[in-house]
Amino acid sequence: MISKNKKQILEGSNAIALTIKNIAPAVVSAFPITPQTHIVEDLAKMKADGLASFEYIRAESEFAAASIVLGASATGVRVYSATSSQGLLLMTEVVFNIAGMRLPVVMTVANRSVSAPINIWNDHGDAMAVRDAGWIKFFASNHQESVNQHILAYKIAEKLQLPVMINVDGFILTHSYEPVIIPDDKTIKKYLPVYQPPTGTYLDPKNPVTLGAFFGPNNYLETRQMLHEDLMSSLEIIKEEYKLLNKTLANQGANHQRQKLSRIDNGLIEYYGPQKPKTILIAMGSVIGTILETIKNFKDVGLLKIKVYRPFPAEEIVKIIKPAQNIAVLEKAISLGQSGPLYADLAATVMASKIKKNLNLKNYIVGLGGRDITQKMIKEIIKDAPQKNNYLKFIGKI
Amino acid sequence: MQNNKTLPSKFIFPGHNACAGCGQLVAVQAVMRGLNSDTIISNATGCLEVTSTSYPQSAWGLPWIHSLFENASAVASGISAALKQKKKKTKVVVQGGDGGTYDIGIGLISGMWEREENILYICYDTEAYSNTGIQASGATPYDASTTTTPAGLKSTGSQQVKKDMLAIALAHGLKYAAQSTAGYPDDITNKIKKALAVDGPSYLQILSPCIPGWKMRTDGAVLMGKLAVTTGLYPLLEYTNGQLTSSSITDSFRPQTVNEYLKLQGRFKHLKAKDIKEIQKLANQNIEKYKL
Repeated sequence: MISKNKKQILEGSNAIALTIKNIAPAVVSAFPITPQTHIVEDLAKMKADGLASFEYIRAESEFAAASIVLGASATGVRVYSATSSQGLLLMTEVVFNIAGMRLPVVMTVANRSVSAPINIWNDHGDAMAVRDAGWIKFFASNHQESVNQHILAYKIAEKLQLPVMINVDGFILTHSYEPVIIPDDKTIKKYLPVYQPPTGTYLDPKNPVTLGAFFGPNNYLETRQMLHEDLMSSLEIIKEEYKLLNKTLANQGANHQRQKLSRIDNGLIEYYGPQKPKTILIAMGSVIGTILETIKNFKDVGLLKIKVYRPFPAEEIVKIIKPAQNIAVLEKAISLGQSGPLYADLAATVMASKIKKNLNLKNYIVGLGGRDITQKMIKEIIKDAPQKNNYLKFIGKI
Repeated sequence: MQNNKTLPSKFIFPGHNACAGCGQLVAVQAVMRGLNSDTIISNATGCLEVTSTSYPQSAWGLPWIHSLFENASAVASGISAALKQKKKKTKVVVQGGDGGTYDIGIGLISGMWEREENILYICYDTEAYSNTGIQASGATPYDASTTTTPAGLKSTGSQQVKKDMLAIALAHGLKYAAQSTAGYPDDITNKIKKALAVDGPSYLQILSPCIPGWKMRTDGAVLMGKLAVTTGLYPLLEYTNGQLTSSSITDSFRPQTVNEYLKLQGRFKHLKAKDIKEIQKLANQNIEKYKL
């Protein structure tokens, strides 16, 4: 039963803000940075209009905003923040700290390039700068997915005591309008119960605990190993929770699988295309729409969308790419002096899985600093993918 | 009160690994005697954090969190916001050293004070980065030799005058801002109680003699805390609603010369008579400025 009036044409930022309102965090703190601003402005207005009851703490920097949600989360309440680009980089020290302290902070990153040169438009340079921080990292490719990933993020974060970052492409997703369904608070509550961490895990005078203690060489290594192992084991839990979420949201019409566009969709990855493709394009975020539109005319080309980048769903990826001969990794980021970070992850995955010795694995750096990625470029990449030439190419103009 | 003085606090236990005779721990004991159990502490990185929470041990009897060097105040803001949602009246107290307060954390402290949250900020002022090996901070006094402002053939140590952090606190409109030293534990306890009674942010700065940093005898922390006051270099001060309401410098104040204080500390041992004269001038200025 889908009630038609629930679908609205909303700006991506507004859709996120409305979802956060329904998720009902206790504390929201942020510092304004383009293109994250509309999200936090909308939340501030909801608070001002009495539509939301969270504390909205105006921070004097992103560093403070992240620290404020850290403190609130350590006191045992649900929290939210959002940032972009330089803001995320300024937060970096706190971002690592939040993961090390196992605090279930949820944050939206409106992905934007990193300075210099200063540029306010979209790419994934910011998200990649904190790749190794220990957060679960979702990448959304449209508004509905972004909305659903925010709900999923809180469930996973609170269940596993791990922070979750939802990456949405700045401007392309934050400032564009799409039809979207915002699940109401009752439906969300069914899936995401009121947050109450176990006694002895948060700051409480009735049960005094020490958080953030000093670890020597005898203990530090094991805590990092534990964090890594917990992140890895979250892959299965994300899959389960994704299924459950889609089931819960079905009555709202907001379940992502409903569109049935993809052959495989398990919350970690989605695959579109033939069962035995010759070439597979791999990408994350909003560019998926453009690629999907382009490959319609190619019978032997598939598209693999990575929805969870950390932990890296290597096993799922191997299953998909096994039959292919050519893999083209399209990335809006570059690990300067090496390759795209996703490409490096893929190369490690291919190497470890021993699937094909002569697999043609290539890397295309696209869309940096908001450069449009056109269908023409994608066609060019599809054409280039089987060629034995440079494995790394910047595709700017064609 | 008399009995209270020597009772160990149930909020900071023995077994921490601070240096023998640490002045900061004297101050911490006095602070803890002023707190009640309905308190949450946010602690900056520094000596106190390192020496009191060596995993798997902790010396704290209160809920206690350490995140980073510069963000203890913002973490406290988050705690305060969470408590507001929980409708709890729990006190939130921040502890930091002078490096975390005067230098790296000052922006976040300013943000916290601007938000007018009900948080007490305590700065244990050892006048240097004690934890990392006595490098100079914004709180290091003029002419002190530190590992980054060493005295040498061409230098008499730090050439910067100590930053006036109390004035910075007052510029934020704090209803209560005070200064004390580890030489006067009861004064510290009383000031903690007064600070906590205020509705809004409050600030207490405590001179905490550092044995290795100041290069002094391990039994000298309390004496040095007293001499800092009796020379006029670090008076006991209290500002209520922006007005100086209590000061150790009154009409009857008869200062000792600064040399009495300086000569017991290795960080000043390179000073010549003319240098000591300059420091005497600073003490005289204080005596003028803070006279009640």
